[in-house]
Amino acid sequence: MPNKTLLATVAASALIAAATPAAADCPIKVGVLHSLSGSMAISETTLRDVMLMLIAEQNAAGGLLGCEIEPVVVDPASDWPLFAERARELLTVNEVDVIFGAWTSVSRKSVLPVLEELNGLMFYPVQYEGQESSRNVFYTGAAPNQQAIPAVDYFLEELGVESFALLGTDYVYPRTTNNILAAYLAEQGIPDENIFVNYTPFGHSDWSTIVSDVVALGAGGQQVGIISTINGDANIGFYTELAAQGVSADDIPVVAFSVGEEELSGLDTSRLVGHLAAWNYFMSADTPENEAFIEAWHAFIGDEARVTNDPMEAHYIGFNMWVNAVTEAGTTDVDAVREAMWGQEFPNLTGGTAVMLPNHHLTKPVLIGEIRADGQFDIISQTEEVPGAAWTPFLPESATLVSDWQELECGMFDTATESCVQLTSNY
Amino acid sequence: MSDTVLMPARRRLLRENPSVTWFLLALGVFTLVISVLSEGLGVGLVSTSMVKILGMTLCLCLIAVAMDVVWGYCGILSLGHFAFFGLGGYAIGMWLMYARTEIVISDSLARGTIPPTELELSEAVAAQIFGVVGTSELPLIWTFAGSLPFQLAMVVLVPGLLALVFGWLAFRSRVTGVYLSILTQAMTLALALYLFQNDTGLRGNNGLSGLQNIPGLLHVPQAVLSVWFLWASAFALGAGYLLFAWVVSGKFGSVIRAIRDNEARVRFLGYNVEGYKLFVFTLTAVVSGIAGALYYPQAGIINPAELAPIASIYLAVWVAIGGRGRLYGAVIGAAGVSLLSSWLTGGGAPNIDLGFYRILWTEWWQVLLGLGFVLVTLFAPKGIGGLFDYLVRKR
Amino acid sequence: MRMMFRAAYLAVLVALSTPLAAQTPLQDVLQAHQGAVANPSRGTVGQVLAALLAAEPPGTAEFLRLWQEREVVEEPGSGLFYYTRAEGRALVLIDIDTGAEGPEVTTRDVNQIRPNAGVRRDIGAALVRFGLTASDPARRLAALEAIGRSPDPEQIPLLAESIIDEPDARIRVRKERVLDLLNARFATDTATRVDAIEGLSGDISTEARRALNQILQTTPGVGETLPEGSNIARIRVPGTDMAVNSAYDELAGAGLAPVRPGRNAIRDALRGNVSDGAVGGVPLHRLSAPEARLEAYAGLQAAGLVTPLVTEAEIRATVDAHVFFDAYTEPDQAVTDAARAALDSTGTRIKAFQFLGITLDALSLASIFFLAAIGLAITFGVMRVINMAHGEFIMMGAYTGYVVQTFIPDYTASLIVALPLAFAVTFGAGVAMERLVIRHLYTRPLETLLATFGISIALQQLAKNIFGTQARPLTAPDWLAGAISINDIVSISTIRVAIFVLALMFLAMLLFILLRTRLGLEVRAVTQNPGMAASMGINPDKINMLTFGLGSGIAGVAGVAIGLYAQVTSEMGSAYIVQSFMTVVVGGVGNVWGTLAGAGLIGFLQKGIEWFNPSNTLAAQTYMVLFIILFIQFRPKGIIALKGRAAGD
Repeated sequence: MPNKTLLATVAASALIAAATPAAADCPIKVGVLHSLSGSMAISETTLRDVMLMLIAEQNAAGGLLGCEIEPVVVDPASDWPLFAERARELLTVNEVDVIFGAWTSVSRKSVLPVLEELNGLMFYPVQYEGQESSRNVFYTGAAPNQQAIPAVDYFLEELGVESFALLGTDYVYPRTTNNILAAYLAEQGIPDENIFVNYTPFGHSDWSTIVSDVVALGAGGQQVGIISTINGDANIGFYTELAAQGVSADDIPVVAFSVGEEELSGLDTSRLVGHLAAWNYFMSADTPENEAFIEAWHAFIGDEARVTNDPMEAHYIGFNMWVNAVTEAGTTDVDAVREAMWGQEFPNLTGGTAVMLPNHHLTKPVLIGEIRADGQFDIISQTEEVPGAAWTPFLPESATLVSDWQELECGMFDTATESCVQLTSNY
Repeated sequence: MSDTVLMPARRRLLRENPSVTWFLLALGVFTLVISVLSEGLGVGLVSTSMVKILGMTLCLCLIAVAMDVVWGYCGILSLGHFAFFGLGGYAIGMWLMYARTEIVISDSLARGTIPPTELELSEAVAAQIFGVVGTSELPLIWTFAGSLPFQLAMVVLVPGLLALVFGWLAFRSRVTGVYLSILTQAMTLALALYLFQNDTGLRGNNGLSGLQNIPGLLHVPQAVLSVWFLWASAFALGAGYLLFAWVVSGKFGSVIRAIRDNEARVRFLGYNVEGYKLFVFTLTAVVSGIAGALYYPQAGIINPAELAPIASIYLAVWVAIGGRGRLYGAVIGAAGVSLLSSWLTGGGAPNIDLGFYRILWTEWWQVLLGLGFVLVTLFAPKGIGGLFDYLVRKR
Repeated sequence: MRMMFRAAYLAVLVALSTPLAAQTPLQDVLQAHQGAVANPSRGTVGQVLAALLAAEPPGTAEFLRLWQEREVVEEPGSGLFYYTRAEGRALVLIDIDTGAEGPEVTTRDVNQIRPNAGVRRDIGAALVRFGLTASDPARRLAALEAIGRSPDPEQIPLLAESIIDEPDARIRVRKERVLDLLNARFATDTATRVDAIEGLSGDISTEARRALNQILQTTPGVGETLPEGSNIARIRVPGTDMAVNSAYDELAGAGLAPVRPGRNAIRDALRGNVSDGAVGGVPLHRLSAPEARLEAYAGLQAAGLVTPLVTEAEIRATVDAHVFFDAYTEPDQAVTDAARAALDSTGTRIKAFQFLGITLDALSLASIFFLAAIGLAITFGVMRVINMAHGEFIMMGAYTGYVVQTFIPDYTASLIVALPLAFAVTFGAGVAMERLVIRHLYTRPLETLLATFGISIALQQLAKNIFGTQARPLTAPDWLAGAISINDIVSISTIRVAIFVLALMFLAMLLFILLRTRLGLEVRAVTQNPGMAASMGINPDKINMLTFGLGSGIAGVAGVAIGLYAQVTSEMGSAYIVQSFMTVVVGGVGNVWGTLAGAGLIGFLQKGIEWFNPSNTLAAQTYMVLFIILFIQFRPKGIIALKGRAAGD
């Protein structure tokens, strides 16, 4: 019985939706859910600015569906429960059509249930640990197979690293990434005893002992390499200590997954030349698109010294794809836009084309850059576009899982049992 | 038997403290009004997110009242009561997470070709919950997570026992004043650091999430659920207020106030000062745990950052601003400051354009808040509640 | 400018060498391997280098060096390689054979060739033959470093030859040492190798141990008997060195035994063989019981549909029939024995040095805690003011350092200016705070906590509004940026030593001020009994103001020091505040020595716990705080407790 009522309600609302012309919802509202205070403000404020810039550019170009786009900026203050609260407000009180936001995994996990309950739409711009594919989220950052695995391949093949130090901040992204990498390295024939793992708290500053421990690995007779998932501020102390102990990139290379131009701007990089980072975008990419983007950014922010970074490109691609999808669908209705998003193409700033896959991830080229003395990166390796995988095949619990919202209509489909494990996400 | 003894006591309590009656009345009216205006059950003037915020605020008021009893009445400036709040949240969160995941997983596995074994089921549940933090084994402390009565008992027992042991150790060693404050701060710091570790089985930095989905009530829309939780929170606050009003009145109340004012003298009079302090500390910890258990299902996520020392300092500040030594003061402080914070950082308040400079609330609110504390401490040591008293007395 | 000289030099060099060259020009050799030169990778660089060194066209060494330094570009149309010279934003192409300057292009018209570190290492190894006898000592040292990174038997004769004519005594010693390391690994006759290895005995340097460990590398093996002629390192006994089941899995992996189906393999096999609602004769609904699954599997096995189960007894028997071992990759037993002996001889010394290293780290951590807490030791310890904004004074100091660096680009000079300026700024802030706020709260100590907390969050947000949320660089001058290393195991960064020295200086200065000056006497008098002090003609207001200013000023200087080794952010203060209070309380309030003891205890404790569990720093911090809680329970007055009147309460 309740089902019937529900159906009736759905049908009624569908009728109403169909009867209302799209242009009636002017202005189109875009929610920006990035922390402007608290510990994550350091990274997220920039993303708020880039969103404001993209929206301003779009409005200057005639808006969207004949409407002005209005940004609704809120501050979840790096407080994870507040992300859920603010997301609910954005969707129900401000009635935004889409949200661009979140940085840390925990903030995304906090928002997920709200998005899925209210059928919202969010673009998440940061590289993350994967193992997730929500119906209501488009992941424009890198999945592990678009950043971590290629970087390790580079270590194995190009630098001949045989002994790995996995250093990370103690939270989900490093933990999961390191688990995936450990499984991957085992598959590549690196024995357990050649993998040194260490986790430190957020904002850690006492790196002396840890760096010494890694340097000591060199006595084992194998080429040592460091894979760093150290987050945020802690990197400053870490790199300062590396430089102080004279760890040269030729002896012990470091590849970082969370260190970009923004993080390096807090450092004197002249002693870090040659250490690596893996991203899908570097500011130093020499393409006309990138030059235009950087120029627009400098003009918008009014400061020539400000850098651009990978999550900014992710928002750039995500926002433009969303604009195109809305134009294509002729409405901002979430379900219509979702369907229009699959297969959307948009040029990357580093060359090549990003394609939105039915698993809500992008195809992206993987770039490996070496730190230069001016705080920028020398791009030394750029792959073809790699399709992002929501579930990693290297961990047993996700080996048989796939995500395909277009054909299978499921984000967590078990190919072994041929059934959809669940339609909502595991948060 | 209790009726004959308690009835007069209760009547006396209400007669001697008219503020209690007024408060309960106001709380009832407030809850009723919000329910009527809510989206879920009423006319829809108050959004679901607002109902949630108000429900959560009531829980914060409850812990603020507890804090007022332990600090304002008993003189123990605890900078660790949010630890108990968080532990209550974790205890209920474990059940919410486990039970919900179990429903999803057993549904999914039942659709497979062959039925799952018990071991497979529990492994799959563990993989679903802990896959996020990179393990797939169910930690020992989750053994009874599927049992609601057990976890409900934990909501009371874990904060209670921790407070009992910690308090016993601290009061026995006569750690007082500032030292005790720093010690309680160290306690909540240790707990937060412990929970931050991934190996401790509570999902590290990620904490427990998706708590707003109540297993067994998954078909109830959040709009309705939020009102139910508002009722539960209001009931808990009312009951807690009554309990504490009773505790601080009468002889017991006089003794603990005396301890606040001169501990040594009370001890010389033959009272077991440590016993009194321990009782107050533990009781307030238990109430804080209950407040937390009601708060986090509304917030949706709990993680170790909630237990960070700064949260407990804020709690003290709320009580100070509202006015120590009067229970309604704590409620005014907690509700006022947290709602104001939420409004100003939520982008709801209009920014002020001075022409040459644009004052953004998100940038200046913390500065104003900080200076506000200073001004209140300097010029209104009894807080807003004190102002209230002054006005009432004047009339 | 430098580039222009280099281009000219190149032109001369190329001009000089071309007439002599009857061989293939460099460009042609490179074009034969166009792809591998343009997109070098470690897998392909070998053939390019081999071809270049075989033909050795003129300018090879120069090309290799510039290739390594990423100064070669590819012209995408023709695929030709050029050197370049920057001309404004444009580039001038230079022919690699003739040195003739070509057209100006932009960076997008050509591909800059960027060999990665692995390729550069290999190029470096190829350059060894040119570098060992180069006239520039730096190039000779670089060649030796290249040998260290990619040692190779062919380098032995080259190196041995170059030693004879080596003019520089220091480099000669280094060359001999590198030759020893090469001989230990690659010499052709056993006697030379054993000699060289014995020479490394007792050597704790990383490179020596690396060489020895490389000789001692093993590979695991399994067989029915020990293989003839292989150099066995050790025999692994199933049940003691390894689990029996994993031993069996190793056998299965080597193809010496059938694979045993695990729980999941059984489930998958059952899943694949469902027919008519049953598997192997067992109805589906019963399969939630593990026993029923085995029964069903047995049914399938009887029908020959699945790989058979392996029983415990069969596993045991198969494992017992085999021997598991680790074999050295080095076949010569005399060599491995010598290497093992040489390596073992360093064991105790390494342990001792590691212990020393940890001790130094602990000392350094303790001095950082001390430095962060010492200002608090005055404001809280002596004056009993609970200053929650202490951390923000540290932050103000660090930002002062940053601001000074933006005005004075010389790091040493800016540091000399920043230290006193940071003191002045925070001294001023402290005095202002004392006058405006704290003065009114001396009778209500717990409320200073609230007021100063308010100031703390206001200051934090102000810093955010002014400096932004990004971390700001505070860079140490070069003489502070390195490390002091005793040997390859023990080294400590100079900045940490400087912090240690600074901490000692503060300790001495404070003790002097408090115990030996009039001001100190008055401070002690005012804190012990303000009324009495006032009646003796001391102005308590002035003394309180100065004391608080002093404590705050020291926090500011500490901020500069801390900012130099860690990050400068608006939140750096809150990272230190709780810890600083704990340091003061553990040590004992009201006594500078107590703070020292507290910092020492906390620093050593944390490093000690970290030593036992090096992979989890967070756990170490947790246990450290737990320990502090327990410690205060048993010694509420701290390590060094004041007695009598001075104790106050």
